[in-house]
This record gives sequence, structure tokens and C-alpha cells, in this order.
Amino acid sequence: MDFSYSEEQLLLRDAIDKFLQKNYAFEQRREIIQSREGMSAAVWEGFASLGLHGVPVPEAFGGFGGGGVDVMLVMEALGRALVVEPYLSSVIMAGYTIALGGSDAQRSILLPRIADGSMKFAFGHSEPGSRYELDRVRTTARQEGGMWIIDGAKSVMMHGGLADLLIVSARTSGEADSPQGISLFFVNPAEQGVMGREYPTYDGMRAAEVTFDNVTISPESIIGVLDGGYALLEAVTDRGIAAVCAEAVGCMDAVKDATLEYLKTRQQFGVPIGKFQALQHRLVDMLIQTEQARSMAMLAAVKVDSPDVAERRRCVAAAKELIGRAGRFVGQQAIQLHGGMGMTDELPLGHYVKRLAAIETLFGDGDMQLDRFAATQVAAAEAPLRKAAKKWKNLV
Amino acid sequence: MDLNYSAQESAFRDEVRAFVRARLPHEISRKVLEHKRLDRDDYLRWQKILHAQGWMAPNWPVEHGGAGWNAVQQHIFDEECAEAGAPRIIPFGVNMVGPVIIAFGNAWQKQHYLPRILSSEDWWCQGYSEPGAGSDLASLKTRAERQGERYVVNGQKTWTTLAQYADMIFCLVRTASTGKRQEGISFLLIDMSTPGVTVRPIITLDGEHEVNEVWFEDVEVPAQNLVGEEGRGWTYAKFLLAHERSGIAGVGASKRELRMLKYIASQERRNGRPLIEDPRFRDRIARVEIDLMALEITNLRLLAAEREGRAPGAEVSMLKIKGTDIQQALTELMMDAIGPYALPHLPDAWGNHWLGEHVGPDYAAPLAARYFNYRKVSIYGGSNEIQRNIVAQHILGL
Repeated sequence: MDFSYSEEQLLLRDAIDKFLQKNYAFEQRREIIQSREGMSAAVWEGFASLGLHGVPVPEAFGGFGGGGVDVMLVMEALGRALVVEPYLSSVIMAGYTIALGGSDAQRSILLPRIADGSMKFAFGHSEPGSRYELDRVRTTARQEGGMWIIDGAKSVMMHGGLADLLIVSARTSGEADSPQGISLFFVNPAEQGVMGREYPTYDGMRAAEVTFDNVTISPESIIGVLDGGYALLEAVTDRGIAAVCAEAVGCMDAVKDATLEYLKTRQQFGVPIGKFQALQHRLVDMLIQTEQARSMAMLAAVKVDSPDVAERRRCVAAAKELIGRAGRFVGQQAIQLHGGMGMTDELPLGHYVKRLAAIETLFGDGDMQLDRFAATQVAAAEAPLRKAAKKWKNLV
Repeated sequence: MDLNYSAQESAFRDEVRAFVRARLPHEISRKVLEHKRLDRDDYLRWQKILHAQGWMAPNWPVEHGGAGWNAVQQHIFDEECAEAGAPRIIPFGVNMVGPVIIAFGNAWQKQHYLPRILSSEDWWCQGYSEPGAGSDLASLKTRAERQGERYVVNGQKTWTTLAQYADMIFCLVRTASTGKRQEGISFLLIDMSTPGVTVRPIITLDGEHEVNEVWFEDVEVPAQNLVGEEGRGWTYAKFLLAHERSGIAGVGASKRELRMLKYIASQERRNGRPLIEDPRFRDRIARVEIDLMALEITNLRLLAAEREGRAPGAEVSMLKIKGTDIQQALTELMMDAIGPYALPHLPDAWGNHWLGEHVGPDYAAPLAARYFNYRKVSIYGGSNEIQRNIVAQHILGL
């Protein structure tokens, strides 16, 4: 049992923190958000030279083959600095999709380009009406003359407008809500028939609505097994969930620290407002929720590497559910404790609160995670439950 | 980062589990699992089994007869005992006054009391709270006046848990009324059979007799029963608090109760289906289970730090707050699970020798009383509001 980072991991964390302190002050971030691209090429290259892009990439392809704990460490740091660059979509989601499901050719061509930051990806799964469901896919891919033809629409695709290559889920067989018959594809957004509309999201990032109208792509564009993309989709989504759980912890730490500082400095009735018990207790509850969230981010980080899929699903869903609740609580309390200042665009606080709210939505909200958790709970608990039932029956 | 127990820790868990399985009497674990009333002999019987094994005092150093286990081992032991349905070890002797005597007691106290704590020959209770001194403990008024080789004690303690069984009480008493309030407090060990000591029951809202008032009228206590120095009682009390709170998260017991809750919810029905499949109730269980998963890891994080020699401070208050939240939620869910069968009030049904017929399911009878009884957990041991004050002061620096 060991809850600490290794020495190498600590060195990496320090390097990230130093880099972000220098290059990602709140005003710099504001300028990046207002820029045409919505991201900073210099910061992106900085991440590459720190080695952050190589986290999901195996060593053979120029990365360091990191696992859930490495992702956690990076995402926590990005959360503290409220980074808007597409690290999650492009490096974590796409990187693990290719590393876990790509063909040898795809891996050897694309993974080095993820590791050196030269290519950016977006991950397109949700569709109008699919909400957070992983198995509801209406976008279709059909084979014609040896090529794949894609038709359909993807909604709120994070960073869809700046990607060099899209990863798109499409139905290759089966009913609209069946986990069987889903396949994943690479689609070049420059192909004829791909239309996109980019827009800002409230957390300072960008997303896009993307439609596919008779888009013809090569047979090599399929990722993994035909009709069998669901398992990969879920595995990568769980990686994404574990990553945003860690990011949320970084945000909560920043929010809690800022609120503590405010309570110590803001004076009313002739004393710092932190002298008032009603406010102290709220901040203590924020601290407790943050520590509970950190525990669950650790659990998700460790279990996301587990070969036991049911255990992975159960723990990741539990982490997301708790962190969604915790993030909301911490954000709402922090604004309240800051009073009017908490309502301003000027303070970083509101921007953290908005990112926490966005994280609650990403990859499925608390209700959806509770469904996932309880479903695995019933399945997984059946055996011990029967045992328990028998045990108590013997007793009573 | 690695969330698994080490090979040695796993082996230790196996050893504890095998022992508990072999030696925990079935009649006792049955009472615990079914929320029946435990009597004095049930506690003593289990404690004597632990003593024979040398495991009565997990947290004491070996030279005083303790097991000398580290924080993680103590946690594993607590968890295994709780999950198997062992009664809790009555904490007042072994977890509270014992460590104080080891750290600050005189040679006679160590020689006389420590073995009797280990063997459960003395049942201890705690004389802290008074009618006018609850959260503001330092305002206590029970007086101890030095007269030659004895103290004469007058006053009243309250909320004294299981004082009706106790042979000894450790008390915070006022030996000086000048200067800083805390500096006039001393730590005194008093024999409950001394003339002038009176125990009066307080019946709580669940109808049970668990706590008491303890009155002192010209009670003569030998001066050798003073722990440490006169006027230093407050320091010892704070030291004791750190020991009292080890295991305070109650993770093992809550895991046990969660299992029982799921069992009950699988037996009860709503809309013709098992209650555990009802989305509303299922979600309520799931949220508590997720909170408990998080608390378990938060607790292990602190234990791992303690194992490395970083003793936890006010962080323990966070465990108390969250742990008691979860304990209360579990009792609430269990009561809700049985629906109208929560209403019948038949206290004999969860006592010894009940031969009558149950109203409703066998497991239903004690659940409402337990829900009411468990309101205490966010009040005792420093109310959860006091715990928040401690965190605000010592961790946040407010």
C-alpha cells in the first residue's frame, strides 16, 4: 500500500507546475481563449518537450507507456492551471484508442505523431439524442467498392474544429442501441462531405457539431475489430473519466486554496470573515469533499489499468459519481463564500467552477454513473449476496 | 502508487481472519449481525478470548502486554473483527485510559491497572461530560480537594456510557479554580465502589439504558490515583483524544452493515420486485456505498502515512465526520427498507431469551431503535461541529 508518487513522477510534476507557472498565468490563459485557434501552439510544444504527449504512447513509439497514475499526475496539474489545450481529447483519448486498438501500421504511423505533438485528434462519439449512452450510435458506415462510406452526425465533439484527424464511432451492424455492431474509424475532417460548426464552450474550450454526408474513407481507416468497437470505446471512455476525475481534483484544490485565502484576508465587521463559524464549517466541508474526491481519483487511476473489466467499470463509475457531486459542492460553496466577488469574471474562481461543472457533464453525469455502478453492483454482488443470504438464513 | 496491501499485510489479515473465524462465539456474532442487544458478559467473553491470544491491546507496546501492531495492522484487525460480527472492544480501558497510564501514569498505576485492563478484570468508564460542560469541556466543575494523602471529590458527570457495568472511572476534575481554566484540571482514577459514588440511568429515545449520570458526594480517592501531575489533566485528555479516535472511521463495521442492508433490500419488495432493484432505493444504497469506498481509501491514506511515522492530527476529525455520516445513513436506509414493519416496538425482541413471535421479518425488530440510537454518533466523542472547528483551526489555520 503506497499512496505516493514515485521520484520520477514527482520530478515530472514539478516540471509541469514550473512550466505552467511561467507560461500559463491567468491572463495568458485568457488571451489563449480569445485567440482565433483557442489554444496555444507554444504551450502545446512545451507539453511535448516535457514529454506529456508521450504518456499513453508505448516506448517503442517514442513515448513512455504510462498508466493511469501518470495520467492522474498530469491531469491534476492541468486542472490546477485550468489548461484549455486539447490534451484530454488528443493525447489521452486518441492516444489510448490507438495504443490499445490500433493496427501495427496505425500505431507506428500515428503514435509517434501524438508523442511529438505534431498531430491533433478529436474523439467523436456522442450524437444528437444519444446523451451519454455509449451504445446508441446512429451514424453509419457501410462498405462500397472496398471503401467505407460514413453518414451521420456527431454532437459536442470536444476540440473537433482543430483536429487533424477525427476518431468517429459508427454503426456497422445491429440495432441503434446495441453494443454489438459498433466500429471506430479515423476520418480526415478535410474529406469531402465532412461539415463542421465550431463554437466555444462555457469552460473556455471549443467543441463542434460535425456531420458526415457520404464521406468516403479508405479500408485502412477502421480501428480495431469490425463490429467490436464497443469494448474499446468503453475502455477509452473510462480512461477519459479517470483523467477528468484527476483534473477535477486539481480544480478543487485550487478553488479550496483560493477560498481559504479569501476567508483569511477579506474583512467585515472588523475581522477576517474566516473568524465566522458558519463560513469555517462550509470550508471544512469543502476540504472533506476534496479529500474524498482525491481518494476516488486515485482509485480510478489505479483501476483503469485493471484487466478486470467489471471491477474497472465499477470503480471508475463510482469515482465519477462522487467527484461530480464533490465538484458541484465545492464550486457552489466557493462562490457563496466569496460573495459578490465570486460572481465576477475577473477572478479565476468562476472559471474553475465552470470547468468543474463541465467535468460533471463529460462522459456521463452522476445519474448515468450511478446506473453503471448499480448495474455492476447487482451483477457483482449477486454471488456474495447469495452467500450472505444463506449465511443469515442459517442464523435466523 | 499501489492500493493493495503488501504480502505481509495480506498474510496478517489471513491470520486474523482464521483466528476470528475459529474463536468468535457464534451466539455473539449472531447478536451483532442481527443487531440484538449485547450484555456485559458478551463483551467480556470476547475480550477474554482476545486476551488469551495476546491481542487485547493492539495499540499498546509489547512491554506492557500489547500486540505492538502498527497503524495498518490495527486497522486490518479492526476490520476483520467488525466484518465477522465481533462486538466492539469496550474502548474506555484499553484505548483510552490505558495509553494515558502508559504515557503518564506512576509505577503503581502501571503495575496495578494495566494487567487488569488487559484481562478485563476492570471495566472502565469515562467521566468527562457534565451537565454544564459538554462541547465546552474546560468549564467542568466537579471538584477534587486535596486532603493529605487523599482527594475528596464532589460533583456530577453525565452521558457516562455503560457506567452501570463499570468498576473504575477516569475523571477530569477541577483541582484549582484560579488561573487558566484548563490548568486547573487534573486526571483522577476513581473506584466505582467507593462510598459516595451513585450511578443513575438515563434512558435514551430508543428506550435503551446505555448512558448514565454519575454523582460524587464526598468521595475519597487515594492520592496515588492521580495520573501524572496535578493541573496537567487537560494535556492528558488531549493525548487520550488522539487514541480514542483511531479506528473512528468505522469502515469495517459500515461494510458489514452495508452487506446487511443489501440483504434486507433483497428480501423486501416494492412494486412486486425486490427493493434492491427499485431505482430510487438502489441509488440511495449506491451513493452510500460510493461514499464508503472513498472513506476507506481516505482512511488508508492516513494509515499509510502513520505507518511511515507521520502521526495524523486534525485529519482524523474528517474521518469522524464522514464516518458517522455514513453510519447514520446506513441505519436510516435499513429502517426505510422494512417500511411499515419499522413501527412495531417490541424491545424484548432484540434482547436475550426472546421466545416470542416476530412481527414482520425476523431482522426488522431492532432497526428503528437502531436508527434513533445512531443519532448519537455525530454528537459523541466531540460533536461533528466541534470536529469542524478543530479542522478549521488546525488544518485551515482559521
